[in-house]
Amino acid sequence: MGSWEHFAHDADIGVVGTGPTKAEAFRQAALALTAVVTDPAGVKPLQSVPIACRAPTDELLLVEWLNALIYEMAVRAMLFGDFAVEIAGGELHATARGEPVDVDRHEPAVEVKGATFTALQVREGPDGWRAQCVVDV
Amino acid sequence: MDLSSLTRKSEHEWWIPPIGAMRVPGVIYGSEALVRDMDEKVREQVMHVAMLPGIQRASYAMPDAHWGYGFPIGGVAAFDPRAGGVVSAGGVGFDISCGVRSLHTGLTADDVEPLKARLAQELSRSVPAGVGSHGRIHLDELELDAMLQGGARWAVECGYGVEADLERIEEHGCAAGAVPSAVSPRARRRQQDEMGTLGSGNHYLELQRVAEIFDARVAQSFGLSVNDVVVSIHCGSRGLGHQIGTEFLRDMAAAAPRFGLVLPDRELACAPVESEIGQRYLGAMRAGINCALANRQIITHLVRKAFQAVMPRAELTLLYDVSHNTCKLETHAVHGSTRPVFIHRKGATRSLGPGHPDLLAPFHDVGQPVLIGGTMGTESYVLVGTKESERLSFSSSCHGAGRAMSRSQALRTWKGRQVVDELASRGIVVRSPSSRGVAEEAPGAYKDVGAVVDAADAAGLSRKVARLVPLVCVKG
Repeated sequence: MGSWEHFAHDADIGVVGTGPTKAEAFRQAALALTAVVTDPAGVKPLQSVPIACRAPTDELLLVEWLNALIYEMAVRAMLFGDFAVEIAGGELHATARGEPVDVDRHEPAVEVKGATFTALQVREGPDGWRAQCVVDV
Repeated sequence: MDLSSLTRKSEHEWWIPPIGAMRVPGVIYGSEALVRDMDEKVREQVMHVAMLPGIQRASYAMPDAHWGYGFPIGGVAAFDPRAGGVVSAGGVGFDISCGVRSLHTGLTADDVEPLKARLAQELSRSVPAGVGSHGRIHLDELELDAMLQGGARWAVECGYGVEADLERIEEHGCAAGAVPSAVSPRARRRQQDEMGTLGSGNHYLELQRVAEIFDARVAQSFGLSVNDVVVSIHCGSRGLGHQIGTEFLRDMAAAAPRFGLVLPDRELACAPVESEIGQRYLGAMRAGINCALANRQIITHLVRKAFQAVMPRAELTLLYDVSHNTCKLETHAVHGSTRPVFIHRKGATRSLGPGHPDLLAPFHDVGQPVLIGGTMGTESYVLVGTKESERLSFSSSCHGAGRAMSRSQALRTWKGRQVVDELASRGIVVRSPSSRGVAEEAPGAYKDVGAVVDAADAAGLSRKVARLVPLVCVKG
């Protein structure tokens, strides 16, 4: 299966998802996004939020996907720790599962303002797919 | 940064001669040590900005410049619409009109010392901060429109402050030309619960003691004396600004080919000032500025109420309010003539010198306060704008310290509790809902703000007036 990690940026933070499929790399990138705020393993999947977005390129689709999550996190005051993602023909359909922010339990470090085009990359290599960008916090 | 790639014009001024598609030179201000420590990406981004249509004089980087998005953070650039100049969502950034507001309290450190813990508690209770926090003010669509149009003036008319506050906020607290209808439903929705909230990350609310005065005449004019206590608020336009930045970054990047714009970096997303999307962005961005000004005004009101509860004799009056992520139409000298240009300041503070016609009345004779935030464990500064900053940097100076260490590295290096305890041992009370957030914002994760303001002073961008040290810090 895939994995996620962060990479350093002077002011902010980079998120990376990898996996055998593009959808898995996007799912892992979403976990990396949550991990900027809190440990995704500590988020209970109590509520489901459907998300759909589209874009003309894979890279722009990653930005749209992360920005859709950032928006839902902000307006619902929720954190998401579990994602189901499908991508076909430039369209992404997903379900994000999570719960309202619990400050004592989640100890949320920082809110994410938006996903950027900086270090933006979605590509398939010999080891599978990689989806990454810097997010502004 | 490789210094051999730069031409040193003076002790604190480094030039990148125009090459390739650069229309103007790049100019980086800073000491040798500061510039050497800057990422190579700063040089690259300064050069990219110099390639944008209609840019005037130079692409500038302030002494605290670091790797940003398209523009460096600490970047300044002016564009002439009559020369095909552009407006750039990337050149303003996500946190539109993020800035610093400082308030006098009429109290000394001796007054505050015995009540520091109570003040910290009351302030953290009164001002919502951190991820998931909600403000207590909820606006319907008509009220939201009025806020986006009126900024801090709207807030004062609603009872969050007094008329005198507006005399000490840039543009009297209200950016002209805001177009609330250019702000999308999603941006509006994102702001619904966030009026009067501080945010998180490097945003803060601090009680600070004036520890040192560098310029007695200007300090007196600003009403600052050693041992005075001031309140400083660092925050911006919250979710509304973030969403405006997100949407216009995407839409301007998509629209660029229509205008024949070949962007060296997609993050430089921009459009001709006179284009439909350029005008729409300016209208939305100015509404975002007003949202930030209203937000800082509401927080001021909440801070006053907190003081009223703990120290009723405190009298909180504004020193000044600056924004450091903006695009403003200003008149500047270019090639011997004065002309209106759109100045982008991305992590840079306006620095109008004495006599400048745009100065508010209280600052006409000395220049505007330039408020520079530090970290919760070090120091902040008040500087004053200079006449020569007009020639050097379109009247701009630095805005803060800038990170020296990534958030992940900071989290590996410190524990939140350890940071809070260490600061407590130095007499600094920290209140935050997030221990992890405190660790990521540890003072050691930031560069030396003293070196930054020394460089700004030495370069002539602004002059040091006072050094402030923290007594209480409320973080998100």
